[in-house]
Amino acid sequence: MGLSGLDIYKLLPKTNCRECGYSNCLAFALAIAKKAVSIDKCPHISKDVKQKLLEAVLPAMKLIEIGINDRKSLTGQETVLFRHEEKFHNPCLLGYILDDNLNEEEFDKRLLDISNIKFERVGEIIKLDLIALRNKSNNSEKFKNCIKKIALLSNLNIVIITDNLQILKESIDIIKSNNALIYFTKDLTDTNVLDLLKKYNPPIVISADRLEEFDNIIPKLIDIGLNNLVLETKSKNVQNKLWDLTQIRRLALKKKNRAFGFPQLVTVKKDDDFSGVMQAATFITKYANVILLENFGLEDIFALLTLRQNIYSDPQKPLQVEPKAYAIGQVTDNSPVLVTTNFSLTYYTVLSEVEASKIPSYIAAINTEGMSVLTAWAAEKFTPESITKGINDYAIKDKVKHNKIIIPGYVANMNKHLEDLSKTKVIVGPKEASGIPSLLKSLYK
Amino acid sequence: MIFETIIGSIKVGGESVLPFLIQEGKVPNKPVIAFEVWDMPPYDFPQSLSEPFGNALNNPLDWALKCVNDYGAKLLCIKLQSINPDTLDKNSKEAVKFINNLIKAVDVPLIIQGSGNKEKDNLVLPEIASIAKGKKYLIGSATQDNYKILAKTCIDNNHSIIAESPIDINIAKQLNILLSDAGVEPSRIVINPTVGSLGYGLEYAYSIMERARLAALAGDTMLAQSFICFAGQEAWRAKEAKAKMSEMPAWGDEKKRGLLWEIITAISFLQSGADILVMRHPKAIKAVENYLNDLLP
Ligand code: B12
Ligand code: SF4
Repeated sequence: MGLSGLDIYKLLPKTNCRECGYSNCLAFALAIAKKAVSIDKCPHISKDVKQKLLEAVLPAMKLIEIGINDRKSLTGQETVLFRHEEKFHNPCLLGYILDDNLNEEEFDKRLLDISNIKFERVGEIIKLDLIALRNKSNNSEKFKNCIKKIALLSNLNIVIITDNLQILKESIDIIKSNNALIYFTKDLTDTNVLDLLKKYNPPIVISADRLEEFDNIIPKLIDIGLNNLVLETKSKNVQNKLWDLTQIRRLALKKKNRAFGFPQLVTVKKDDDFSGVMQAATFITKYANVILLENFGLEDIFALLTLRQNIYSDPQKPLQVEPKAYAIGQVTDNSPVLVTTNFSLTYYTVLSEVEASKIPSYIAAINTEGMSVLTAWAAEKFTPESITKGINDYAIKDKVKHNKIIIPGYVANMNKHLEDLSKTKVIVGPKEASGIPSLLKSLYK
Repeated sequence: MIFETIIGSIKVGGESVLPFLIQEGKVPNKPVIAFEVWDMPPYDFPQSLSEPFGNALNNPLDWALKCVNDYGAKLLCIKLQSINPDTLDKNSKEAVKFINNLIKAVDVPLIIQGSGNKEKDNLVLPEIASIAKGKKYLIGSATQDNYKILAKTCIDNNHSIIAESPIDINIAKQLNILLSDAGVEPSRIVINPTVGSLGYGLEYAYSIMERARLAALAGDTMLAQSFICFAGQEAWRAKEAKAKMSEMPAWGDEKKRGLLWEIITAISFLQSGADILVMRHPKAIKAVENYLNDLLP
């Protein structure tokens, strides 16, 4: 929809009474179009018009919250189909499916294992977001107990999967208090189900076989106040799924079709070695907002989390660290000095190797405007001149007395020139950072 | 529409839609995977990567044969690493001999990739191109500042050419224009956008490829070429692919991890438009082939 200031103006009372704080209705309309003011500030708008305006200023894809307080997971509100057009905003949530019919010991162990999976990459912790508790026990006490446990023992947010209305009813309070995403796998449009859900407008998954069905069902759900929706198509194979995900994203963003303006969920089961993980990777790139994984291994999750971090990074600005000399560990004036760039990926790759070597060192992150070693070298940002400037600015020669610096193997050819300019002894390090620990150990043992 | 390019008996490209969206246009050719083979024993393969080839890695011809006979390779990408002065500095006679033997031993089409050293490549690649005259191979790489010799020899000997640009859509286009001006048919060019691995800059090439593909489908013929992505070479450089479990226990089993790194890198580039993937591990290749069969039945 996306109304312009003038479109909005046409809907206003046009009395210029100034009660909104603006000098006239047009000024107010322009402010709304820019999302600079709340529609509520005009006391004279009719209910109908207000509804219309509210919808018009809504994002094309709704933001859905799962969980409570400061550990909420957010998904949706994407604005583009291709990351270069702007960026992808809310990293696709990854969840792990856990069944409630495991014996208690096994359940606890799995719960903790899943919750504790985390990796550090580029100075960021990457981890799963959700636990999807699947009701297989058909026992509401057991199911409720499991939800309690997750809430207590895990910092992941909760999705509940069940086809049992009775159990959903009996556990609705605890579902509500955790603001869990409800994935009811039988007919959601059954009036009994709707009556239950209507009570608090929870985040819910709505599934359909064909896209046209969403067109039918969703306006009805919105009408009765259920608008925290997550869409899922029941397409069978990866090709159809990719098509559906793409179509829904297009309908939401390009056609501004409100019925599709919600995040999308897919479930992927790992059967043989790689088909599941390849599907999940596909859906991270194109266009899932929530992915529930079943049966995946630690390595699979590591690769998928890394892919998500890549795809959801901001294409406009490379992550950088402050250009300076970092002291790693208990440095002395005898500690080695490693020269690198201030591109986060490069810096943290070097950092983790320096840490692994357990040899206290300085890392001099030269200001390359956030470029990697070779990129910066090719762009003339990582040169004997810029390195010398860094060495001087960071007062390296006051920090250590040995006057030696180690440079990346990829720029070995600047060795002599750099020695002349910086008046240091240059040691050419290995090409890959993985060679750093053995170099440091051989130099400083 | 993307130009269709012929490599021996294989066709690539020709699609009129974004990757795999067969509902709204045609994808006449499935993306293909070339097995990467060097003309010398590899020097930086971790154990989990050398294992499937065993002793064959010591002899390039055996390595190539193993790919074709044991692992069903339909396309090979030969990297002439040995001619680089930084490695063995072999001369063109030896390279020609190897390719000659290879052509006799296997009947799959070849992608032949120079060593990256301009002077040596300019000496060796024309000789290789001429002994394979008419075979319609794909030979690389032309770069913005070194394309003339390769362009001429590819035209003279009826091969296609890889145009390499450093993750830069403008350079990619500029190079295609230069090559066209030098007489290379647009359908005989394949773009190497220079990719990075999962976790190491993958997203840059991913987006450059998407941008180029969107421009091509909107009618820009100087970007409407197939993409070749060296997914294997990049993925296996990553520490995440190489490091042993004893070194990085929190990362899990390196046998699975290495494969996953190569597979996910490859999948990402298929999703951004790759028509040719160059890969290393037979299991990773098999997995991605299965994936392609699922997506393009
Ligand atoms: C992503 C990327 C880009 C991104 C930028 C990413 C960034 N923020 O830097 C973009 C798309 C913007 C880009 C642009 C360009 N790029 Co660029 N880019 C790459 C790519 C694909 C990956 C780089 C990367 O992120 N690597 C990962 C990081 C971690 O690697 P690294 O910094 O080298 O660090 C490793 C080692 O050096 C070592 N290390 C690091 N520090 C230290 C320190 C010590 C002491 C030691 C021992 C080791 C060590 O450890 C790390 C891991 O092992 C590479 C090709 C490739 N596949 O590698 C090309 C590449 C680096 N780019 C290249 C070029 C030419 C360019 C451009 C000049 C092209 C142009 N448009 O004109 C521009 C320059 C930028 C500009 N003018 O604005 C060339 C460089 C060629 C050369 N050998 O000189 C490359 C190699 C591609 C190619 N083959 O042509 N690039
Ligand atoms: S309060 Fe309403 S009617 Fe009055 S000036 Fe503002 S927009 Fe117009």
